[in-house]
Amino acid sequence: MNSLQLEIVTPEARVFTGSAQMVIAPGSEGGLGILPDHMPLMTEILPGEVLVTTEDGELSFAVGGGFLEVLPDRVSILTDMALVESEIDEKAAEEAVARAEKEMRDKVLSSEELATVQASLLRSLAQLHVKRRTHR
Amino acid sequence: MANTRDIRRRIKSVKNTAQITKAMQMVAASKMRKAQQAALAGHPYSQVLNRVLVSLRDMVSADSHPLLEVRPIKKTLVLLVTSDKGLCGALNTNVLRETAQLDQENTLFVASGKKGASFLARTGRNMIADFALPDNPTFLQTKAISKFCLEKFLSGEVDRVDVLYPKFVNTLVQKPLIVTLLPITDEKAAGVSPTGADHPSNEATGAQYLFEPDADEVLNSVLPYYFHFEVFQMILDARASEQSARMVAMKSATDNAKSLVKDLTLEYNKARQASITTELLEITTAQMALA
Repeated sequence: MNSLQLEIVTPEARVFTGSAQMVIAPGSEGGLGILPDHMPLMTEILPGEVLVTTEDGELSFAVGGGFLEVLPDRVSILTDMALVESEIDEKAAEEAVARAEKEMRDKVLSSEELATVQASLLRSLAQLHVKRRTHR
Repeated sequence: MANTRDIRRRIKSVKNTAQITKAMQMVAASKMRKAQQAALAGHPYSQVLNRVLVSLRDMVSADSHPLLEVRPIKKTLVLLVTSDKGLCGALNTNVLRETAQLDQENTLFVASGKKGASFLARTGRNMIADFALPDNPTFLQTKAISKFCLEKFLSGEVDRVDVLYPKFVNTLVQKPLIVTLLPITDEKAAGVSPTGADHPSNEATGAQYLFEPDADEVLNSVLPYYFHFEVFQMILDARASEQSARMVAMKSATDNAKSLVKDLTLEYNKARQASITTELLEITTAQMALA
């Protein structure tokens, strides 16, 4: 079967490299499923879950916002956060969500602050989503 | 001639200092390795980012984006990156000397690092923000800083954003460097990383990208990323500089302390010998007087 080379990179590290059969990513225009020999594509991705189907099974990553670059045989994901399911600290993420929600509720935030809080909320929610789904 | 007890006490205290500086040297050496690794870890990211930018450049007209727009310079924002702690040789002094030469009137400062912040406060510069960062900053942490600068640029408060930081040349040499990051110029975008050229570009693969939703939208979101990433890299670079400067400074402090101990030991031995000689002399004189 055909496969594509996937790399997930953050400014801090190369989180994942390897071959994959399919990559599902949260694109800015909706979820994207990418199979080998996809047309070259460039899009923004939103905080959420990236699902990778490899020969050894499925992997799931929680990602922050970033970009997705697709070439026929290669997919690169650039993001400011990428965590494998096992690295996610459920409790810390929950606390972060609670904190962000509280800030949005209690404080009067300027639009910039609001955007920052919302972004961190989305990142934490993405982590929780990945962690809980695989638990059940 | 100094008292032997005094000299012994001084030797002890100098030895203690040497022990401390030696320990700091070791710590700085290991932190420096870590900081350098962190700076290198960004390489794959910059390669991909570079590919994206190069392919975007052909797709959109260059001045369509506010971050690319060159305006007449009225105000400049300088992000001043220094260390939080001292004991790192002339590192901060060199950076601050550069700072002192900048135009006071039309420069706004954003400080990262206590040394820079206190210098700006002391000299009465126009400091608009001061960010604290831990030893190993993460991308999200530095993004808060770069975002602040970006907003100042976009709102038109400043017309140029520079970063002043100690560039890591090698372990012995760190050079204060001032780099203009905004507006983003063409040459700079192409030079995100020198290794980017080795990668197959879209011409080589014969691919023309499909942009979703469209090229302008993607450019809109890529350019801020590029800026955030550059700032992140520079701050990591400054951290590597700080640790290597500290390592070198502490090494010379240790060496100095050791040579001081050597000198003091010599003096101590001389003093001891002198006192023995005097004592003997006294005994012999007394004996001769009795005889």
